[in-house]
Amino acid sequence: MVTQSVRSARGRAEVIIAATRGVGAMEEEMHTDAKIRAEIGTGCSPRGPGCSLRHFACEQNLLSRPDGSASFLQGDTSVLAGVYGPAEVKVSKEIFNKATLEVILRPKIGLPGVAEKSRERLIRNTCEAVVLGTLHPRTSITVVLQVVSDAGSLLACCLNAACMALVDAGVPMRALFCGVTCALDSDGTLVLDPTSKQEKEARAVLTFALDSVERKLLMSSTKGLYSDSELQQCLAAAQAASQHVFRFYRESLQRRYSKS
Amino acid sequence: MKETPLSNCERRFLLRAIEEKKRLDGRQTYDYRNIRISFGTDYGCCVVELGKTRVLGQVSCELVSPKLNRATEGILFFNLELSQMAAPAFEPGRQSDLLVKLNRLLERCLRNSKCIDTESLCVVAGEKVWQIRVDLHLLNHDGNIIDAASIAAIVALCHFRRPDVSVQGDEITLYTPEERDPVPLSIHHMPICVSFAFFQQGTYLLVDPNEREERVMDGLLVIAMNKHREICTIQSSGGIMLLKDQVLRCSKIAGVKVAEITELILKALENDQKVRKEGGKFGFAESIANQRITAFKMEKAPIDTSDVEEKAEEIIAEAEPPSEVVSTPVLWTPGTAQIGEGVENSWGDLEDSEKEDDEGGGDEAIILDSIKMDTGVEVSDIGSQEQKSYKELGTRLAEKTEGDAPIILSDSEEEEMIILEPDKNPKKIRTQTTSAKQEKAPSKKPVKRRKKKRAAN
Repeated sequence: MVTQSVRSARGRAEVIIAATRGVGAMEEEMHTDAKIRAEIGTGCSPRGPGCSLRHFACEQNLLSRPDGSASFLQGDTSVLAGVYGPAEVKVSKEIFNKATLEVILRPKIGLPGVAEKSRERLIRNTCEAVVLGTLHPRTSITVVLQVVSDAGSLLACCLNAACMALVDAGVPMRALFCGVTCALDSDGTLVLDPTSKQEKEARAVLTFALDSVERKLLMSSTKGLYSDSELQQCLAAAQAASQHVFRFYRESLQRRYSKS
Repeated sequence: MKETPLSNCERRFLLRAIEEKKRLDGRQTYDYRNIRISFGTDYGCCVVELGKTRVLGQVSCELVSPKLNRATEGILFFNLELSQMAAPAFEPGRQSDLLVKLNRLLERCLRNSKCIDTESLCVVAGEKVWQIRVDLHLLNHDGNIIDAASIAAIVALCHFRRPDVSVQGDEITLYTPEERDPVPLSIHHMPICVSFAFFQQGTYLLVDPNEREERVMDGLLVIAMNKHREICTIQSSGGIMLLKDQVLRCSKIAGVKVAEITELILKALENDQKVRKEGGKFGFAESIANQRITAFKMEKAPIDTSDVEEKAEEIIAEAEPPSEVVSTPVLWTPGTAQIGEGVENSWGDLEDSEKEDDEGGGDEAIILDSIKMDTGVEVSDIGSQEQKSYKELGTRLAEKTEGDAPIILSDSEEEEMIILEPDKNPKKIRTQTTSAKQEKAPSKKPVKRRKKKRAAN
């Protein structure tokens, strides 16, 4: 799923350009050559005014049993997260100097499979980077995610729900984090927060987890073929989008905790 | 996580309150909590809230071959999952008793009552039938899981639409939702479970117990009924002994409750259908109450991505170029090659435990990359060149091993083996274990001895 090294893309471009320069160029080669030159030179043109995030909604503290819970909606994609912690941990799983973080992701239909396991791991790695586990040694923090509906950018929605639930539970964190998904379609246009139809038709789908302090990259999970300049463009676009997500977090928490 | 035990004073308090006909949340003996039903954007998805108990239901369908003994009937599959977020005590291994009991009760209520017409799910008799799968997830456990689950299941089944199928002779055409509107399932009646909790050996009775009341109850009676006052399933658990008139009284209460709940369900389904038909907004986003301070919405946010190209180019320009990895494979024999030089063996000089590959074998084997890496070389050339080089390699190795004259200093296994090769350049000085003769030996080549052994073999 993760891409190969970017060098191969560059190498491919060089070979084709060399071929067209050497011999009399054929029609197709000229086209691909021009396209690749365009990609390397000016970069993919984004959708321009069309690049936008879908409608967001978040509700916190909606479940009575978990210590923290949040429901995050991005367009039609909806994920419900519940957090228990810091709580008692089994002796086999305890870590002597920090909290054991566990993430459980349940799909809506069927039994959880390998895709869920890999997403759990990605989310867990992101959470472990921000949660201050050393403040609660020999405890467990469990994040349970339930997919309520999937209509594109599921991993980003899971990350956002997990972050809001951790905030609701009062788990100490060094920063907030958010997930942003970008899709690149066949002519290189960048689409943020794609729907499932856009994801299916895209040539590459990239999901990034960014932190709130300096918008640094915490986790990236990509699927498909793209060049290194496209990667950097998607990352820059995701950083711009994360600004909106963090503003959304701030406003929703302000609404909840402000005294007015 | 272990279940926190209920303290004795809490237990006594609850029982005393029940004896005085008082419930902790202020309800009457026969009152249900508020039921709230919301639907998602795709058909067959619903969330039912019975007070604070929350269940998510989803129905999906698939075309499969039917069971052998029921060739003309579709297949129904129910699955209730107690999610770990519902209660801290729900862990994957620990909930099996409760899970089995709930699943079995749900199956009896919905499958054995024949509320869904399975004959209508048949597409081609004996070959293709619809398999309807109902997945229920308990999201929050505040008592009375079975009622909430049964409501969620029947609402999801009523809400669900399956793709339209047409059969013409041997051809089956499955239409997508865009081509033809999906078709609802044919449901005869709506069985709904009503739970009764008994306290003090059947003296006191409560309808719709919440989680605390369930902990102190003696026994539970579940009656599944439809609005036509037909009992679909009845189950009494907990070992309480009930009198006949108690059971009859409960079934009367159940009849009243089921009628109310069925009316609520039908109204909710009708509302949702109306909104969908009129093209209004539907889905979970709409069911989030705007007035709550814990809920917040943001409309579509356009993102300015016009400067991403410059940023990206800046980053790429400033970044260091990726380091080139030099790979020159060294072919020892057909089937054995070496890439790179490996790390120096830090195990010390142990007999028969050294690997030959660790030696920089540059001057002993032929480096073939100059032959192989040219893309313009034809395949047959490579083949013949390889064979030639194998022979060369073989002869060179043979020459080398014969020319050696290793000096064996002692037969003792404990002492160091040191072989002196005064005119050879020391390739790699190995870290040695303690040895009396260390200062005399500039280069040690115990490896040569092994090579000689191999040539001999």
